[in-house]
Amino acid sequence: MTLLSIDDLVVEHRTPGRPTVRAVAGVGLTVAKGEVVGLVGESGCGKSTLARAVCGLHPAAGGSITFDGRAVTPLGLRRRTLTGIQMVFQDPYSSLNPRRRAGDQIADGLRAGGGPGTPADLLERVGLPRDFAARHPHELSGGQRQRVAIARALAASPRLLIGDEPISSLDASAQSQVATLMRDLAVDSGAGLLFISHDLSVVRLIADRIAVMYLGKMVEVGATETVWNDPQHPYTQALLSAIPHPDALGNLPAELPGDVPDPADPPSGCRFHARCPHAMDVCGVREPDFGPAACWLHAPALP
Amino acid sequence: MRRLPQAWRRLPEAWRRPLAVTGGIMALAWVVIALAAPLLAPHDPLAQDLPRLAGPGPGHWFGTDQLGRDILSRVVYGARVSLPLTLLLVALSVLIGGLLGAIAGYFGRWADEAIMRLADLVFAFPTIILAMVVAAALGPSLGNAVLAVLVVAWASYARVSRGLVLAVRGQEYVLSGRLLGFSTWRSLRVDVLPNVTGPILVLATLDMGTALLLLSGLSFLGLGAKPPSAEWGAMVASGVEVFDSWWVATFPGLAILTVVLAFNFLGDTLRDALDPRTARAIKERAL
Repeated sequence: MTLLSIDDLVVEHRTPGRPTVRAVAGVGLTVAKGEVVGLVGESGCGKSTLARAVCGLHPAAGGSITFDGRAVTPLGLRRRTLTGIQMVFQDPYSSLNPRRRAGDQIADGLRAGGGPGTPADLLERVGLPRDFAARHPHELSGGQRQRVAIARALAASPRLLIGDEPISSLDASAQSQVATLMRDLAVDSGAGLLFISHDLSVVRLIADRIAVMYLGKMVEVGATETVWNDPQHPYTQALLSAIPHPDALGNLPAELPGDVPDPADPPSGCRFHARCPHAMDVCGVREPDFGPAACWLHAPALP
Repeated sequence: MRRLPQAWRRLPEAWRRPLAVTGGIMALAWVVIALAAPLLAPHDPLAQDLPRLAGPGPGHWFGTDQLGRDILSRVVYGARVSLPLTLLLVALSVLIGGLLGAIAGYFGRWADEAIMRLADLVFAFPTIILAMVVAAALGPSLGNAVLAVLVVAWASYARVSRGLVLAVRGQEYVLSGRLLGFSTWRSLRVDVLPNVTGPILVLATLDMGTALLLLSGLSFLGLGAKPPSAEWGAMVASGVEVFDSWWVATFPGLAILTVVLAFNFLGDTLRDALDPRTARAIKERAL
């Protein structure tokens, strides 16, 4: 059953005196109850903007976001009554109030969700000692802070948990731990999880489905096993071959040539064609607006 | 270092520097003087029973004024006028300016425009001139002088607090709070304001000196305290009339000087203590 459905979403960043940047340029995605969707892409591809738009932290310029049958309205000055969507942010150093104890911040979540238990119970669920409730954020490490942030989000009993690169600022040792923790906690409580990361190898471990974004567009969506073993889109293939494999053969990860183009002035046609090893004539002219792999190589029926 | 008492060593480094100690002792001394004025003053500050314009000497160590009042007693009692008024003034400026600035920064748009243009208007005038205009319009009295200084003093707090709130507002913990259903007011009170108080406190301490100067400046110009009351600015003004008797203006002037210095030292110390960039340098140079 669909919990979150994003349809043709457009999100724009407007800065006076600069061209408008379409950070998200027509994206569709769904998350079902109890499903873990991994959203991957290079930095600057619009995945964080997408996450913020889903929470209502960024107004949509077009398209729709529907959560549980209701449209998500942008967060204004009024008190938020929709607490079913909670977010875990990227930087655990700025996502906790430095002046308040961990327990008090988790209690905010409990108040919002009306869930059972105490802050200490939640700390236990995220694998921290119960007495951490009395600590201030500066007494915690980055990984511990991120766990507190997860506990706070979970305390609100969300039906959709969003992780906006929640592991990218953590130590390598803490990354997969925190990722699997988020997955387990979300799935156990029956919530959906939208997990954003640029690290395909971690996303693969926790996601049921993987969505790949490039320059504000969704390029490929599919079941994790399919995307991992048989990627269709050349960009997904490039992302996968950029992952180092310890195969002792001395194979270096393949690098993708070129840089991400300026999102304020995206290339015509397929946004990836300038860097694509398989680019054809049609790629620079017409945009492949179909799925699950938005690539002319996999067009349903060539025009 | 080893001989310093334990309590001293437990003070944060920033407070163990010479300027901090000097400022602390001076401020503390003035607070004690203000509290214990009746015990410390040798004479009634308003009694006119001493020889007129007598120089400093036994019985009247700071000399006497044109009306035969003891200047030492008047300076001591003056602390009871100036210190509470300065504190009240700064507290009100912080409250009004800080809150207006926070509203401007948090809500933005027209609230921001309206409040900050009003602050710009205040900044466009030289402070003492604007304060004089307001005090003159309201009529000379100490209460009106406080109000006049308040009119010019809130603006700098508004500017600082707006900038700080703008920086904190985009922090992810504020957004998290909003997503958890915090009302705007709760978000301001719990997430925003506690994280902007440090720099505002520094500004307030540094501003105490300025506020006292403005307040006694207005009294000096005859727009504040009325004649019989022992107010330092007014005392300096009366000393100017009898320039040959130097002690009449000098001692209240020194009182103003030491209080302003004390608060400036304290403000500098607070700033250094709260700024992580200077904290390390202080650690190395602490007494």
